[in-house]
Amino acid sequence: MRFEVLVELRPEVLDAQGRAIQEALYRLGHPLQNVRLSRRYLLEFGDDTVDPEGEARRIAAEVLANPVAETFSLTRLGS
Amino acid sequence: MSRLSGLGKPRVGLIRFPGSNCDADCVEALSRHFSIHTTVISHRATELPPLDAIVLPGGFSYGDYLRAGALAALNPVMKEVASFHRRGGAVLGICNGFQILCEARLLPGALLENVSGAFICRWVSLIFEERMPCAIRLPVAHHQGRYFAPPDTLLRLEANGQVIMRYDGDNPNGSLAGIAGLASEDGRIWGMMPHPERACDGLLGGDCGLRVWEHFFHHVVGRVAWK
Repeated sequence: MRFEVLVELRPEVLDAQGRAIQEALYRLGHPLQNVRLSRRYLLEFGDDTVDPEGEARRIAAEVLANPVAETFSLTRLGS
Repeated sequence: MSRLSGLGKPRVGLIRFPGSNCDADCVEALSRHFSIHTTVISHRATELPPLDAIVLPGGFSYGDYLRAGALAALNPVMKEVASFHRRGGAVLGICNGFQILCEARLLPGALLENVSGAFICRWVSLIFEERMPCAIRLPVAHHQGRYFAPPDTLLRLEANGQVIMRYDGDNPNGSLAGIAGLASEDGRIWGMMPHPERACDGLLGGDCGLRVWEHFFHHVVGRVAWK
């Protein structure tokens, strides 16, 4: 079973890379209002894993995202 | 005259993770200027020798993978560090060491990417506020030095006097409230982005680092009361 975790900075936190990319795109003629980056993790569990979604959520919350400054979303993927 | 007169010789351990690279500078600074022999401890250690203070040095532990300091914080040896602190020990985290302490929740907040998006490597002016504010200059070298904490955490840090170091005028990384260094609520854990071990010799740029080390040893390590 596969899960996708997307981790990004909380909206109130400045995304420095996102801003740098936005400015570069602006100079190329794309007047975007905002660019923000996220990190994508793919978690793959064996079929015999008990509660893989719960485990994926714990992994996301406790390891992949730092709750001080980041949020995450969890999506179950097709096999 | 010994810089640590009246203190005795503290037992200092330094934990080296894969990718730590400021360990030798710390060991050299403590040896040359304080006659302290530092025990270098592997990240694989399952228990710590008897110590008075632990130093977490700068560098790129685990390549800054996941987040700077995140993988080191998950290393079992950090449980030993937390236990050491609970028993009464003193901890100093420098740069990546500060990042590790925040990721391990031994200090509040997080160190994020510098607002400029650039790696910054230069000397900065700071106010060191451990006892009385004094102006010092120390070098910084980091990509993720922007201190961030939620508003209620920041209020608490300021109210408790936990901010021990602040950028003076020139905030190189966009840290909230210019925070460059913090102490834990009990004052026994220090974390700072600047490098005191790189500022111990006037011939090499400045020796304000000596003052930071002295304060750490006199006012943190020297006050340790084992539980």
